[in-house]
Amino acid sequence: MFGKVHNIFVTIALLGLTTLLLTGCGDTPPEPRLETAKAKAEQCVEPTDVMRKDHMEFILHERDETMYEGIRSSKHSFKGCINCHIPAADAQGKPVNYLTADHDLNPEHFCATCHAYVGVKLNCFDCHSDNPEGAAPADSTHANVNGNGGVAHE
Amino acid sequence: MSSKKVIYSEVENSGIGYYGLLALFGLFLLGGVIAFFTMEHNGHYITGMNNQTVWGLPHIFAIFLIVAASGALNIGSIGTVFGKKIYQPLGRLSGLIAIALLIGGLVVLLLDLGRVDHVIQMATGHLNFKSIFAWNMILYSGFLGLVGLYLWAMMSRSRLAKKLYRSMGVSAFTWRLILTTGTGSIFGFLVARQAFDAAILAPLFIVLSFSLGLATFLIILMAAYRWTQREVGDAILNRLRYLLAVFILGVLLLEVTRHLTNLYATEHHGVEAFILGGGNLYSNLFWYGYILFGTLAPLALIFCRLLKNSRAALLLAAILTALGGFALLYVIVIGGQAYPLVLFPNAEISSTYFDGVITAYKPGMWEWLLGLAGVALVLIIITVAVKVLRFMPLSLADSVVDPHAK
Amino acid sequence: MSKSSNIDAYRRKFLLGVAGTATAVTVAPGLLLRQAGAKAPSEEISDKNRWGMLIDVDRLPNGGQGVVDACKKEHGWGDEAHSNDQQKAHWVRTVHVKEKLTEHEFDLPVMCQHCETAPCADVCPTGASFRREDGVVLVDKHICIGCRYCMMACPYKARSLVHEALFDQKAHSPRGKGTVESCTMCVHRIDVGRLPACVEASNGAIIFGDLNDKNSEISQALKARGGKQIRADLGLNTGVRYQGI
Repeated sequence: MFGKVHNIFVTIALLGLTTLLLTGCGDTPPEPRLETAKAKAEQCVEPTDVMRKDHMEFILHERDETMYEGIRSSKHSFKGCINCHIPAADAQGKPVNYLTADHDLNPEHFCATCHAYVGVKLNCFDCHSDNPEGAAPADSTHANVNGNGGVAHE
Repeated sequence: MSSKKVIYSEVENSGIGYYGLLALFGLFLLGGVIAFFTMEHNGHYITGMNNQTVWGLPHIFAIFLIVAASGALNIGSIGTVFGKKIYQPLGRLSGLIAIALLIGGLVVLLLDLGRVDHVIQMATGHLNFKSIFAWNMILYSGFLGLVGLYLWAMMSRSRLAKKLYRSMGVSAFTWRLILTTGTGSIFGFLVARQAFDAAILAPLFIVLSFSLGLATFLIILMAAYRWTQREVGDAILNRLRYLLAVFILGVLLLEVTRHLTNLYATEHHGVEAFILGGGNLYSNLFWYGYILFGTLAPLALIFCRLLKNSRAALLLAAILTALGGFALLYVIVIGGQAYPLVLFPNAEISSTYFDGVITAYKPGMWEWLLGLAGVALVLIIITVAVKVLRFMPLSLADSVVDPHAK
Repeated sequence: MSKSSNIDAYRRKFLLGVAGTATAVTVAPGLLLRQAGAKAPSEEISDKNRWGMLIDVDRLPNGGQGVVDACKKEHGWGDEAHSNDQQKAHWVRTVHVKEKLTEHEFDLPVMCQHCETAPCADVCPTGASFRREDGVVLVDKHICIGCRYCMMACPYKARSLVHEALFDQKAHSPRGKGTVESCTMCVHRIDVGRLPACVEASNGAIIFGDLNDKNSEISQALKARGGKQIRADLGLNTGVRYQGI
């Protein structure tokens, strides 16, 4: 009897998985927002296919080098990614944040486009700045939260 | 030699009472889950904890449960390691309660962390062996494993289990002594603060674990046997009763010594005056909570001739001992943080960031929910375990456990 | 932290390219380290240096409030909207001291003292609190679990837990909810040969430099006039020293 119940669960799980996979097939991957970076350089710090696969490896390696060895000249710098790939401001002149004011992933943010699609959660921006240096933070979507404390966020 | 063979059995009579109890504990556990997710989402600003009192109520709950865990194992150890036959029927329950308490304490500790998600990295080698905290991680998991093996040695019918019974008991007992030393050392190793930084904290925590563990064990034992309508005899209860008194006196001795040595050193006069001097929460908790209600009252309940063989008096004594221990931990850990750091001795210090002043800490709702959920988790584990496995002797009547029963 | 050899090869190649730019960047703003041993961005830190600060409290106006403000501006701490006064981050604060018997009074800025044997690093279970080879004590927030044991251990109350979610951090100074932080001695600056923000704002009252280099300005000043440590009794051999306390 136990075996039977077990089989039913396995079947349901397989069905669910297949449905999930099929749903995935229906979607075309989103175009990563490359125009900002393309305007600045013809080519990323590594060939595109390498970057697609290994960008996190590069960032992780750079992170430890900077953190523990004080090396701040790596071309694989996190700051470099942000400065090149994220526009200084959106159409309304506001900085482009990883999350929108409603705490959803912002489709305008380069990192968010792909990471939302592949469902890989990023926690870089818990601590790191998500937009280029010098992009007036006062106008940010979150400025009211962090600055004057006007709006409570949940 | 026991006059009768001890028979262990699962709890069978499980009506509305049993499931009602589980539901009640489950409610508290749910409260803790909600508290955890709320704290995780918002950050610690919603709690009463802050940069002055960095460890708050959850830590008191966690330390209490962890310390009591190692103490609860003593009952088994006395039977196994020191060969006291009368304690042996309690061995299984003792191991179970120890494991449950430790898990409850660790869960509270874990769920209070600022970045729980980063803990997983410790498994990939991010461990600092100079830290007693890191050692404790190993000591705690080792404890769970060893007590598990000890339980197996007690419960399995295999010949191997019987052969290993004593050595398992000895290893678990030795390990628990090291474990509580480690817990006490968390504070003993803090050179910065006037209230801590004393080697005596490690032995104090060991003796405290004896009394808190036994008190917790007694409360659970008496409740479980009453609710399952099983019999416990006076012989065993009176053994535990006087053992509790010995442990309470042991804690008192070390705690008094700790304060006396501190009073001898001029640099500690300030913090001692703060804790002992009266007029604040921590003095009240110390004198009324720990000394009066947590030490003298249970001793009176134990030794008062009129209350000889009184179960109610014993239960009350155990509850007061546990609450008194909780108060003592609160005074040590939170009172110790409330007293300001001494940057310059013999000087008045002030700043816009609470230098030189006693800081206030008021535990918020989330801390209570998280801490109580730890207790609830402990009780759920025990309640479920005694139903599915044979932890509880069918009877602890004098004729069963006492070789000299008339 | 294994380093593959091709990374090293890359680094060597890269150094050549960067050397020119780095020199230009370092020398240009006029904020270069006056000491020998200033570091190029591409250079790996080493225990040949031990960075330290000497603070002359008599020369700091307003108890050093200026340097506190400069630090706040550089790193963006202290304005956490939801945290109460006891919870807000403080990387540095000014402390007023009055000796009871003599009534001698002085103010001093107190921050991470960058101890040689840092209690925070000793107690940290994950190794997130660590001391860089050049003596700077940092928190690797990538592995910090937010247990706050380091805050219990610090004799200077130099560390803060971030009690709420943050947005729009400074690019050079990542900070985030649930992790512990403190003065970084502005590693992002000293790694590229610039002075820490507080030193810049101190009008010469704070000397930054290499304590291991006997010819550096800070070593010379310390040799000539001495410099006290807060809680020297703990024997922590701090990297931050004071004159006038």
